[in-house]
Amino acid sequence: MERVINLGKYIEQGINALEENFSFLWRAIDEGISWTVDNLNGLLQGIPFVLFLLLITFLAYYAKTGSKLFKKEGLKMGAGLASFVVIGFLLIYLMGYWKDAIHTTTLVLVATFISLLLGIPLGILSARNKTADMIIRPILDFMQTMPAFVYLIPAIFFFSVGNTPGIIATVIFSLPPAVRLTSLGIKNVPSDVVEAGHAFGATENQILYKIQLPLAMPTILTGVNQVILLSLSMVVIASMVGARGLGSIVYQGIQQNDIAKGFESGLGIVILAIILDRITQSFANKK
Amino acid sequence: MTENSDRTVKIKVEDLTLIFGKRKKEALAMLEKGASKEEILKKTKCTVGINKASFEVYEGEVFVVMGLSGSGKSTLIRCLNRLNEPTAGKVFFKDHDITREGNKELMKTRRYEMSMVFQKFGLLPHKTILENAAFGLELRGEPREEREKKARQALETVGLKGYEEQLPAAMSGGMQQRVGLARALANDSEVLLMDEAFSALDPLIKSDMQDELLQIQEKLQKTIVFITHDLDEAIKLGDRIVIMKDGVIEQIGTAEEILTNPASEYVEAFTEKVDRKTIITAETLMFRKPTLLQLKKDGPMQAIRKMRTISVDVLPVEDEKRVFMGYVWLKDVLKLVDRKETSLQSVIRSEVPSVYRHYTVEEMLPLTSNHNYPLAVVDEESKRLLGIVTQTSLIIEATRYEREEIKELIEKANDI
Repeated sequence: MERVINLGKYIEQGINALEENFSFLWRAIDEGISWTVDNLNGLLQGIPFVLFLLLITFLAYYAKTGSKLFKKEGLKMGAGLASFVVIGFLLIYLMGYWKDAIHTTTLVLVATFISLLLGIPLGILSARNKTADMIIRPILDFMQTMPAFVYLIPAIFFFSVGNTPGIIATVIFSLPPAVRLTSLGIKNVPSDVVEAGHAFGATENQILYKIQLPLAMPTILTGVNQVILLSLSMVVIASMVGARGLGSIVYQGIQQNDIAKGFESGLGIVILAIILDRITQSFANKK
Repeated sequence: MTENSDRTVKIKVEDLTLIFGKRKKEALAMLEKGASKEEILKKTKCTVGINKASFEVYEGEVFVVMGLSGSGKSTLIRCLNRLNEPTAGKVFFKDHDITREGNKELMKTRRYEMSMVFQKFGLLPHKTILENAAFGLELRGEPREEREKKARQALETVGLKGYEEQLPAAMSGGMQQRVGLARALANDSEVLLMDEAFSALDPLIKSDMQDELLQIQEKLQKTIVFITHDLDEAIKLGDRIVIMKDGVIEQIGTAEEILTNPASEYVEAFTEKVDRKTIITAETLMFRKPTLLQLKKDGPMQAIRKMRTISVDVLPVEDEKRVFMGYVWLKDVLKLVDRKETSLQSVIRSEVPSVYRHYTVEEMLPLTSNHNYPLAVVDEESKRLLGIVTQTSLIIEATRYEREEIKELIEKANDI
């Protein structure tokens, strides 16, 4: 059948126009993200492996034990994850992928930070404003169902090859749970507590900061956890547009049909994912 | 109600109407023209929550709004601090109209003038008991030290000293509601709005909390608007009671007024199950201005004549200052006549039970055993006789049998 509607053409034209007319904006974003990634990566790479290992092991232990950090029963709660961190990190280090793992961590951290920076305020907005909710919801659905590869094309178009398009595509992919879970957390705050706040003369800001956000915190932290995991799952795809790290090694493995390389770097991503997931989840469940 | 007209009015509600739905104006216009709730619902899809409610709440009283669910009582209390926005009508607090307040004024009213206690407590689960009790003060920006001092005091008032650092989840419902009450008290506002505050509690704990509230009220003399669906609770707590049905106020009055003189069948149906013995007082039950003898004026012959005219064999006697002295009996008076004495003094039986006007049926019934003369109701200060309460009327009140039914019962019993 002959094509009657050429929707893709219009989209392409629109994107072209955007690229041409706002090139200063894309350049600014590109420079900002590149600068952040380079500096954060440099900082993290500068930490000696042993110190890094100790820091994350302690963080994992603390995430599991909380206030019982130095008590005996804490050992039972925190020992498992802490030893997993030690073994996992040693494995990555000894396989020779430590630098790449750090690079991946940097990308995940930056993407997560941007997602939360945008996602949490949008979530608050959609929880408190019906109109905003009606607009935001379908956009989120669209973002989540559109295949992630599709975002890569305009991302390259705007930012050429490198870390930035990878991070932008990652943010688009991982933003929805931040918005949705923030919104859900706030909507699920019992109405009687909010009403009590109103009855005692709380301002809208007081309702938000003293009642809704604290009570929604566990759900919001679950959102943070989801954002991190989705970001991590994007690193391989992002490497197709030039993002570096473990993802790019997997990508090389695919291209070179190198089973050993692919498996090792893939395992590295899994280890990072498990550690990040368990640590953030324990913080989410604490409150 | 009229006897209270000298008291200060704290809250005055005038023609308060609240309509739920989108076409409020249309619905209000229909309501003004006298359309029924059903007609309005059918035509405009609006529900009339409250239909022209008017009442006054006096300073220092417990004012109970009673009704079944859907009667509009919770909506009504929420109009007082505008958690629900009234569609029409006025709510005066002292002398300013709350319904016309701007945001800032309304916030001030909520922060300083009226505190609320909720059925579901409404505590913050992530804050300690102390922080919860201080929450109202925190919202109005009081420094930590000061608000915690006040909150500690409020917690002590409700009997929660020592629990300051606990979290709400660690406490029972009754204790959580004490925290809710402490939070309201800590604000030290003049008006307490209590929305089904004790309805979620177990019966025993509920009764404890009611007693506690009454004790606190005796000390603090707040103006309390209390919502409940439980008539027993309303009677126990309320100085005055409003009965609501379908958003309309059916009756306002003291428990006794409502029981003895229900304004509608609906109210009457409500009151049927109530234990009247503890509510109906001597004042309601007594025969006023009974025939009596005056010691100085009336001699034995006069006493006999008075007894004959109303065919009784016992009459109360008072002295020249009109103070109640006791009863004289016909048979004793006849003896006086035989002995040709002229004063009733020697035959007055003074060790007779007397009661004050606030005595309840339950308190009076035991006094009537072992003898068969009426109870004298005397004034607390002047000791003057106000009236008499007969045994028959006590029995009628206690059993709810009609006079005729009692006669029948006695006849039947005699046949056995």
